[in-house]
Amino acid sequence: MIYFDKVTKRYANDAPAVEGVTLSIAPKEFVSIVGHSGAGKTTLLKLLLAEEQPTEGSVFYESLDIHTLPPTQMHHYRRKIGTVFQDFKLIPNKTAYENIAFAMEANGRTDEEIASDVPYILELVDLTDKALHFPRQLSGGEQQRVAIGRAIINQPEVIVADEPTGNLDPINTYEIVEILKKINEIGTTVIITTHNKGVVDAIGKRVITMDKGRLVRDDASGRYVL
Amino acid sequence: MNWTNIRRMITAGAKNFSRGGAVTVATVVIMTVTVGIIASLIFLSAILTSTLGAIKDKVDINVYFVTNASDADIQALIAKVQQLPEVDSVTYTDRDQALQDFKDRHSSDQLTLQALNELGDNPLDASIAVKAKDPSEYGAIADFLQSDPALSSDGTSIIDRVNYYQNQTVIDRLTGAIRTTEHAGIVIVILFALASILIAFATIRLAIYSSRDEIGVMRLVGASNSYIRGPFIVAGVMAGLLAAFIVLVLLFPITWYAGSALESWLAGFNLFTYYIHDFPIIFLILVGSGVLLGGLASIIAVRRYLKV
Repeated sequence: MIYFDKVTKRYANDAPAVEGVTLSIAPKEFVSIVGHSGAGKTTLLKLLLAEEQPTEGSVFYESLDIHTLPPTQMHHYRRKIGTVFQDFKLIPNKTAYENIAFAMEANGRTDEEIASDVPYILELVDLTDKALHFPRQLSGGEQQRVAIGRAIINQPEVIVADEPTGNLDPINTYEIVEILKKINEIGTTVIITTHNKGVVDAIGKRVITMDKGRLVRDDASGRYVL
Repeated sequence: MNWTNIRRMITAGAKNFSRGGAVTVATVVIMTVTVGIIASLIFLSAILTSTLGAIKDKVDINVYFVTNASDADIQALIAKVQQLPEVDSVTYTDRDQALQDFKDRHSSDQLTLQALNELGDNPLDASIAVKAKDPSEYGAIADFLQSDPALSSDGTSIIDRVNYYQNQTVIDRLTGAIRTTEHAGIVIVILFALASILIAFATIRLAIYSSRDEIGVMRLVGASNSYIRGPFIVAGVMAGLLAAFIVLVLLFPITWYAGSALESWLAGFNLFTYYIHDFPIIFLILVGSGVLLGGLASIIAVRRYLKV
């Protein structure tokens, strides 16, 4: 489903952030990418989201080389992927409801679909009573749950989560991991980066270990080893 | 692009605008200043046109005919002068009228009137006052009057004198001053318009700069470029519209006060009367420039952040 073919990403005059990475991810997998800060985890995700262009090699989504897509077509590709970030990246002047609804509006869904789906998702992430709160009025865990709601509302094929628990306390971390596991169980591919050992062990699925831009381990049912 | 999307962009733009807080206030204030500058440029050019017109209107040249010039000859000359492309109007004053004017002018001066009566005959010449379309053309008109041999019916010229030659330096200097003022006016208008447009652009860019992360997020959520751009354009247009209306409302008390205070100084030009009289066109210019500035600045500013 996702295939990295000898991908190298070099920022100007620096050591490569990602070097010669080849890896494939099958549908419905739950993949944890682990490694120290600066190991290239986030760059790997940015390459998948086409936020960055690879210096060498290519990234395929099914049979599509995503870096050959023209900018006008990019949004069609991005709608297949739901994204969750460490810093939540909610839109500050939209309420929780509107943040989730925006992802549906942007996908051209009808008002009826939005009116029926958004409350359902808010219930799923347990935020029904905070629907009309702005992000600044929500705690970190609540904001991240809104972000996950936004990521899954369009039933994407893949959820990409970059350090989704990085800013959260252990209880919120546990909740987020449980939600992600639930999403994976209903058939969505989940790719998560983390340097939290507890998260990796709680998931207990495939673990890819990165170090200095290189892929150093790939365990089918791994634990956090560094 | 369908109706649902357009409606959503307008709603989102209006919400961004109303929730924008300090950023919205700053944008509207700067846009108000910009539209205000454009408004004052409109008034400045109206003042210039009016006062320069009034000054130009005071300039003319007089052609005095010899006392025995026949009426037919004079009428023939008037017809000829009126056909010149440079000439705006010709006013004829015959000898009797000239005498009457003279008497009126000196009605309190008994000595002069007595002297006039002593003469018995009317010593004054008939004359025409010629107004040119542009003050710089008086030289050409005077030359034409002086040189045209057809002026003489019995071989002698019916023209006694043309006062252009006495007033030439004054007329030339005034023409130069008017032209310089007009040119300077155009340059000032262009400079200020440019400066205010740049300021408006910079402000809107700053407002959108503070939303650059949001734009990135919208892209990652799968919004198309036009769907992201829409609400920003709507918010920019709303800022421009609001600024234009603020200026239009403020202009009523400002022109009312300035109009009566400056009327005598501006050669009878009243700003308030002008504002009321030309309101539709001023309304269109100000609202149009507000909308255009806001919208265009938003399009250019958002474009930078849509390249991710």
